[in-house]
Amino acid sequence: MSESFDLEVNGVAYPVSVDQSRNLLSVIREEIGLTGTKEGCDDCECGACMVLLDGQPVNSCSYLAVQAQGRSITTVEGVMQGDEMHVLQRKLLEEGGVQCGFCTPGMIMSAHALLDRTANPTPEDVRIGLSGNLCRCTGYAKILAAVEHAAAELG
Amino acid sequence: MSFLIAESLDDALAAIAAGARPIAGGTDLVVGARHGKEALPDELVAIDRIDQLAEIGPGPGGIRIGALVTHATLMTDPLVVAEFTALADAAALVGSPSTRHVGTLGGNVMNASPAMDTGAPLMVLGAVADLQSVGGSRSVPLDELWTGPGTTSAQADELLIGVTLSSAPQRSGSAYVRLEYRRAMEIAVVGAAAAVTLGDDGTIAAAEVALSAVAPTVLLVEGVGDALVGRDPESAASAAAGLAGEQASPISDLRASDSYRRHCVGVMAKRAVVAAARRAAGEDIAVPVNRSIGIGAA
Repeated sequence: MSESFDLEVNGVAYPVSVDQSRNLLSVIREEIGLTGTKEGCDDCECGACMVLLDGQPVNSCSYLAVQAQGRSITTVEGVMQGDEMHVLQRKLLEEGGVQCGFCTPGMIMSAHALLDRTANPTPEDVRIGLSGNLCRCTGYAKILAAVEHAAAELG
Repeated sequence: MSFLIAESLDDALAAIAAGARPIAGGTDLVVGARHGKEALPDELVAIDRIDQLAEIGPGPGGIRIGALVTHATLMTDPLVVAEFTALADAAALVGSPSTRHVGTLGGNVMNASPAMDTGAPLMVLGAVADLQSVGGSRSVPLDELWTGPGTTSAQADELLIGVTLSSAPQRSGSAYVRLEYRRAMEIAVVGAAAAVTLGDDGTIAAAEVALSAVAPTVLLVEGVGDALVGRDPESAASAAAGLAGEQASPISDLRASDSYRRHCVGVMAKRAVVAAARRAAGEDIAVPVNRSIGIGAA
């Protein structure tokens, strides 16, 4: 059955009318048109679809869009500060933590959630924080370094 | 398909009585549906906004941990870490940060996988499942709740509202360890939980051991008390390993053979007893044991 409701993404309330079985990822990409969030495995394993739901990371491929109504969603498009890149984006570029880039939005959202709740993460904290995100290009070392450097800059 | 967001427990129970299935984090239900394992139920009621089910605190008969308490909360809650440490060990191993933030204790219990991580800790800690329906409520021991892989004795109109545990005596400790091939997004190859109370002389005064992923349900090992009481922790741990290997009835699948599982569950039982005894003696071993002292990792 189709249901109409508002979905709050990056502070904007988007009216959507979608089947109740639709996943959050497909609604963000296809109805709202924000395509930064990616579909990788569609099985809650790879983290490419990671968004924040009320500030906490969630795999949007495996979360029902209807269940997100009334909650605040943040996607990678929402981490920019005006025209300025978020420090996580800047450090990922500086460190070479981006190759094909497909995992990058999910990495940024998981790292964002980590830095929001952990001011001075240890290297182990960073590894655990990104443990739900797969990257097949970089070998992870440069991504981990980027997040650690972003944390240091944020203090 | 119909979908209702319950604003209260009464709303949820009424919807469930009318045939809806509950959904909280959706980490089993939605993933299973997208993977083609089982279609989404025709009627769903979202219970994740019923705040009273997300509390940890005194309840009738002990400490009640609400069904909506997430793994992320279990692994850091001071009361759970102090009193029910094995449960915190287990919660910290579930999935990834995102799984732990939306996945709930109630979902893990009612999904009834024999490989669930929170099940063996709950069993050794003597937890009972608190079920409620429009018609009333009842509490069920976990070995009567789990009837097979993915099945429970809960009636269709009953909702798990939480589990109730009792605080252990002084000089008690618990631990959960699992064999894993990787550190995240992993399911236990085998796992074991132990709860131990030490006597004044440092020998075992009481003990329970339960196993994950070696039987159709989480398995409480029989005869542990008789076999372990009066022994020092090292020798008790070896006895527990023997009982675990004897009572396990594992299957072979793509993750491990039955004989490998049978051997390794004994190793995990031994390590769980040793870690629980060290905690009972007052040693501060950080949650999860798998990470803090490196046991469990392949």
